[in-house]
Order: sequence, then C-alpha cells, then structure tokens
Amino acid sequence: MSAIEILGLEKTYSVGFWRKRPKCALRPLNLVVENGEIFGFLGPNGAGKTTTLKMLMGLVFPTGGSARILGMELDDPRMKAQIGFLPEQPYFYDYLTARELLKYYGQLSGVEASQLAGKVEEALERVSLRDAADLQLRKFSKGMLQRAGIAQAILHDPKVVFLDEPMSGLDPMGRREVRDLIEELKRQGKTVFFSTHILSDAEALCDRVAVIHLGELRGVGHVAELTSSIAGKVELIWNGRTVPAGLTGLGAECHVIGETIRAVLPEGQQEAALEILRRERLRLISLIPVRSSLEEYYLQKVSPEAMPAVGAR
Amino acid sequence: MNRVTHIAANTFREAVRDRVLYNLIAFALLLSGAAILVGQISIAIERLVVVNLGLTAVSLFGVVIAIFIGIGLVSKEMDKRTLYTVLSRPVRRWEFIVGKFFGLTGTLVVNTFCMAIGVFAALLYVSHKFQSSDAWIVVALFFIVLQFLILCSLALLFSSFSSPLLSAVFTFSLFVIGSFAEDLRGFAGMSHGLTRWLATAAAYLVPNFSALNVIGQVAHEQPISAHLIAYNTAYALAYSAMAICGAVLIFERRNLK
Repeated sequence: MSAIEILGLEKTYSVGFWRKRPKCALRPLNLVVENGEIFGFLGPNGAGKTTTLKMLMGLVFPTGGSARILGMELDDPRMKAQIGFLPEQPYFYDYLTARELLKYYGQLSGVEASQLAGKVEEALERVSLRDAADLQLRKFSKGMLQRAGIAQAILHDPKVVFLDEPMSGLDPMGRREVRDLIEELKRQGKTVFFSTHILSDAEALCDRVAVIHLGELRGVGHVAELTSSIAGKVELIWNGRTVPAGLTGLGAECHVIGETIRAVLPEGQQEAALEILRRERLRLISLIPVRSSLEEYYLQKVSPEAMPAVGAR
Repeated sequence: MNRVTHIAANTFREAVRDRVLYNLIAFALLLSGAAILVGQISIAIERLVVVNLGLTAVSLFGVVIAIFIGIGLVSKEMDKRTLYTVLSRPVRRWEFIVGKFFGLTGTLVVNTFCMAIGVFAALLYVSHKFQSSDAWIVVALFFIVLQFLILCSLALLFSSFSSPLLSAVFTFSLFVIGSFAEDLRGFAGMSHGLTRWLATAAAYLVPNFSALNVIGQVAHEQPISAHLIAYNTAYALAYSAMAICGAVLIFERRNLK
C-alpha cells in the first residue's frame, strides 16, 4: 500500500457572474508517493499545487478522479487522524497561546488526554518554541507562526505529513531547522509531501519530485535521475597548461586554471577526448558526468514548449 | 461528540478573549444608573420601568452579540484560513458547525445570566424586596435565550454561504420581521388570493419572535402559561435545528478556496 495514490484527480471551477465559465485548476493528475518518501511538489504560482493539497485534505472537492491516503478515502476520519497538514501562510487563532493552540489541535486529532500535555511539549521543543509557548499567537512573528504551524502538523505523530511551502517566511536558520526536521521525519519512517518554490531545498531534501505547471503534471521522478537525464555532458580535468589541438573540434568548452585544464564536452565525445589526452601523455585528474541542477530541470519543464507528461509513478 | 465540545469551548474562549463579555460591565453600569434615575423620577411604576428597561436591554445586547459574532463564525474562519487546520483533522464538517453553534449559544447564555443578575439587582434597589411574580422574569429571560438560539442558528446559516455583511443584513432583517410575525399572520388572515398565500407562507417561514417576547406581560406581573412555555421551547428548538441542518447541508458542499 502506497502512502498517497492519486488517480486522475482533477478540479474545474465555475467562474464569472453566472458561474458558467469553466476554469481548469488541475488537469487529471496521476501520482503515487511511496511510504517513507520525501516527495517535493514543485511548480510556479497558480500551477495547481495548493489546489491538489486542498483536495487531498478534503477542503476542496474534486470534479473528477479519486485519491487515497494510506489506502483510505479522503473523507475517512481514521485517515485524517494519521496525517498532518501545514497550509501555505498559516494563520491560527491569534487569541490562543502556542501551547493552547497545540492542545486544541491535539484534542481535535484524538490524542488521548493522558498523552496530550507530553506531546504538546515535545512539539514545542521540536520547533524551538518552548520559550514562546505562553505567548498569544497575535504577538508571533511570521517565522514563529510558521513554526507553530509545523508543530501542529507533527503534534499527533502522523504517518504522512503534508507541508505547503514550509520554508516560507523563515530566515536561513529557520529554514535549516525545518530541513533538519523533515529529514528527522524521514528517519522516523514518515512520508513527507511538500510543495515549495525553493528548489535548492527540494534538491537537498527530496527523494522524488513532481513538477506541475498550469494544472498539468510536467514531470516526476527521482531527483538524481531527473537532473542527470537532461545534461548529457561530461567534465574532464587534467594537468596541463595548453589545450591539445583537436579537443575544441569535439565541441569542448575548455578553461585553463593554473596547472589544470577543465573541459566540458558532449557525453558522446568522451572516448575521443580521452584518446587525445592519452596521445598527448597528459595526466587525467577526473572524469565525471555533468549533472544539471534541479532548477534547470524545473525551468525546462515549466517553459511554454514543455510537453506534459503522462501520469507517472 | 468530543470534538463538538472542543470546538464549542474554543468558540466560547474566543468570545471571552475578544472582550465580548466586556459589554456586561457597560450593561451593569447602564442599568444601575437607569435604576437610580427611574427610582427618583417615577412614582409607583419603578418596578414596571426597571423590568421593561432591563429585559429589553438584555434582549438587545444579546441580539447584537448573536448577530455580530454569529455572522463571522464560519466566514471569518474561511477568510483567515483557520478552518484548514481544523478540517484537515478527523473533524466532520457538521461537527464544526454544531460546535460553533453551541459555543456561541453558550457565550450568550453566560452573557444573559450575568445581565439577569444586573436586572434583579436593579429591581431589588427600586423595590427593596422580591415578590413571587418576579419569577416570571426568569421565564422572560428563558424566552430571550430561545430567541438567541434562533438568531445564532440563522446567523450561522447565512454565514455558511454569504459574506459577513450580507449575513448581518439577512439575520437582522429576519429579526425585525420576526418581531412582527403575529401582525404578519393577522395580515395574512385578512388578505385574499395570491397575497394571502404569500403572506401566510412568509408569516410561517420567518421566526416568530413576537411569541417569544413576553417582556410587557412580565412587567405588568401577568403570568405566563405553561402551554406557551412548552410551545415556545419546542418551536425555538425545532426552528434552530432546521436552520443548523440547512447550514450543515450548505457547508458540506462548499469548496474552501
């Protein structure tokens, strides 16, 4: 049983004064997230990330398709007791203190009264809010609210955690703490599904990512595979001061840095380049495939020319 | 049911922390001042004036609170998106609506209880003693609470599909029309044809607040029949339950954008 199974989930809103004009927020989406994965859901503003998350949380009703979380329907309270959700730019009951807020959410999540106080303290500790636990949320900064939001999402020890832009509003230290927290959740065997604009965070954290744009899934896969598949280049570094003749003819871009030369050339020309270096008796230091960044992959997928991917696993 | 209780308790706590109950202080001061003033200017009818003034004030303060908190119960949670973290938990939508309803009615019951103490204190000040007919004041207060039940449910119903401003307009309009429900029924009885049909439908559709207003009767020390108490209780509970069901039905289908 997968943690999240999305099968043809779609959403079309009716807009306009008479609500007759359809506006497609999400085209049929097929996606499977396995247990214990950190899954990044990437896309620009208005791509359909939040709509997808809202449908999974039962806040918005799909116009087509279905989804299951932990093998259960989206409106199943047993399933909801096992998930945690941090909405984008969260806002909480600002007349409550952080401790009261967590206690309230714990009660709603069905945490047993005997365990509630302990779980609240543990969650406060994990997001470094213990010192501000008795402060009303109206006095919280944006970053502190985000931490409170994360605390309420993990308070009841959920199996699957959904985070909508969890790094939003956090300073570098806060972002680091959230990254550590997500990694800790993974170590505990939890599944984390998060949407983000910050691609470096996704690249550092995620096992797999999906890119969504204009309501369409544009790509999905393991981060390492996605970033290597679009590069198709290798990097050679060797000792020397001059670039051997013939290398530039292979389409290599060469840079001389002191006693070493770095060349980047198409993967297909790798053997020919090595032959030239052998012939010139130059000492090879390294040969590695060039991996593009997730950012390059992302930009490629959200470009107007990119073709939508068919539902993927 | 536990979750309904927690949501109700949180709604009550919100009202208390938002200083809604501070109006009690204003009410107590107003009523004490009025009682002293009436005690000086009215001869022999001090009791009548204090009961009228006190119960009307209890009713008006409560109506204002019921409407202005009630209209924001759902829409405010949607606007501020506090609802997202509630409904993503094992909380059913009907539990949220019912919890909100009980939270607000609980606030109003506490409010009315505190204000009732003020009314009785003012009464004691002008009459120097209680009499047996003062027990009917408790019945009038009970009817006022029944009015609040209906108003809260209506505010919640409108709040589940319209903006706070429109909800306030709808709820207040129904309160005003409902206060003249008996006149509307009389008018329906006198008219003919389509007008009669429409007036009768409207008269029975709007909440009958006039039957719940026995302030004048109580002020004149007239007893309230047990039949009226039973009828009004059943009516208010049934009307509120229907309005709450309507709110739940609408809210169950609503997309929280």
